[in-house]
Amino acid sequence: MNNAVPSLELVERVLAADIGGIARMITRAESGLEECRPAMAELYRHTGKAHVVGITGVPGSGKSTLMGKLTAHIRKSGRKVAVVAIDPSSPYSGGAILGDRIRMSELSGDMGIFIRSMATRGSLGGLARATLDAVDVLDAAGFDLVLIETVGVGQDEVDIVQAAHTTVVVSAPGLGDDIQAIKAGVLEIADIHVVSKCDRPDANKTIVDLKAMMTLGLTLSGASGWVVPVIGTSALKMEGVEELVDTIDRHREALESSGELIERQKRIAERRMLKTAEEILRDEFKKHRDGKVSVLIGQMMAHEKNPYAAALDLLAEVRLEGHRQ
Amino acid sequence: MSQGSDIIRILIAKVGLDGHDRGVKIVARTLRDSGMDVIYTGLHRTPEEVVRAAIQEDVDVIGVSILSGAHMTIFPRILELLKENKADDIIVTGGGVIPDEEVDALTKIGVKAILLQDTPPQTIVETIQRLVTERGPR
Repeated sequence: MNNAVPSLELVERVLAADIGGIARMITRAESGLEECRPAMAELYRHTGKAHVVGITGVPGSGKSTLMGKLTAHIRKSGRKVAVVAIDPSSPYSGGAILGDRIRMSELSGDMGIFIRSMATRGSLGGLARATLDAVDVLDAAGFDLVLIETVGVGQDEVDIVQAAHTTVVVSAPGLGDDIQAIKAGVLEIADIHVVSKCDRPDANKTIVDLKAMMTLGLTLSGASGWVVPVIGTSALKMEGVEELVDTIDRHREALESSGELIERQKRIAERRMLKTAEEILRDEFKKHRDGKVSVLIGQMMAHEKNPYAAALDLLAEVRLEGHRQ
Repeated sequence: MSQGSDIIRILIAKVGLDGHDRGVKIVARTLRDSGMDVIYTGLHRTPEEVVRAAIQEDVDVIGVSILSGAHMTIFPRILELLKENKADDIIVTGGGVIPDEEVDALTKIGVKAILLQDTPPQTIVETIQRLVTERGPR
């Protein structure tokens, strides 16, 4: 693509917190084109200041609504907040309906808030492929907090832990019993549990179940000495949101004072490197699809080669020169 | 990494006092099924909200559905706000119930396409794709 504005020229606009520049840079990052790599590399040097908070939970648990209230509350302290809200792409057409903004409309007049919707574009695990690139752009642009809203998850989409410093898991009342609460997966990744829709009568049972789950473990807290709280919120009655903001801030302080923050930053860096390596390899394989790949598939069909041997052959074939900057 | 570089992003909005959203949902669904990223803003948005959202989302196209009769106020305001924000490379399109002579007036001031209620879904998709291609990369 012959971009009208070179990505490198957008860097200055991003660093000056120009909304149009930030928005265009995120589009470039999402496109994954080689042209934006030097610009993203430059921006990466300016990252590391924002507190990245992940919000996850099942579809319809109230993530977007809570996000809207949460963002408005954080703004009261004068801090700038960016939101990256992810919704699924269709596995058939590749298209997506991104509807998270609907529930954040009260925020739209505030220049200290930036909301961006992203489609998963085939990525599994609850995040989009370019989510963390978008977070980099927003971090470099000087947003104090970047909130990532994952797609509505099932039980096992836990990528957010390796993307955020603080993970908030939102549960809605009435979606399961005490056995659901002790299963592995999305519930155990929480730094903070939120039970939404607490204006509903069955909310208290969900809070009790989650608290009970926490006490079943041998230790009550992780390495940082953090005891995972369960907070009831109601967007309808505006309850619990202030407590949630305070708790997110307390968690950040606990991460810093215990040294856990460094560990999490390392974890995020490692995952990003591995994921990116995977993506580069996958793209290389696609380029070879008509040549080497189809030959190997033929050999596997004839049972001359097993999948493991074929994979090693394919890896030996990959040339990465084109990716060098 | 080449995936996703040519996916069209379009913001679909209902502006003003107009609660009829069945049509706009069908349009959003149609565009989704043609492979676009469709950002739907929901009901009762102001032109200011629409333009701010369009800039933050860096969309190629804005599609406004109006069945309330307020189109001669709302479209000029959106075009004006886009110009003020140096975002007039965003293509503005619309649909709904609009008299023919006002369709002409809106086209003259810069609305790139008005697709009325009898437009076949495939025509909507093709029109959006054509307008984005004609504008070229930005």
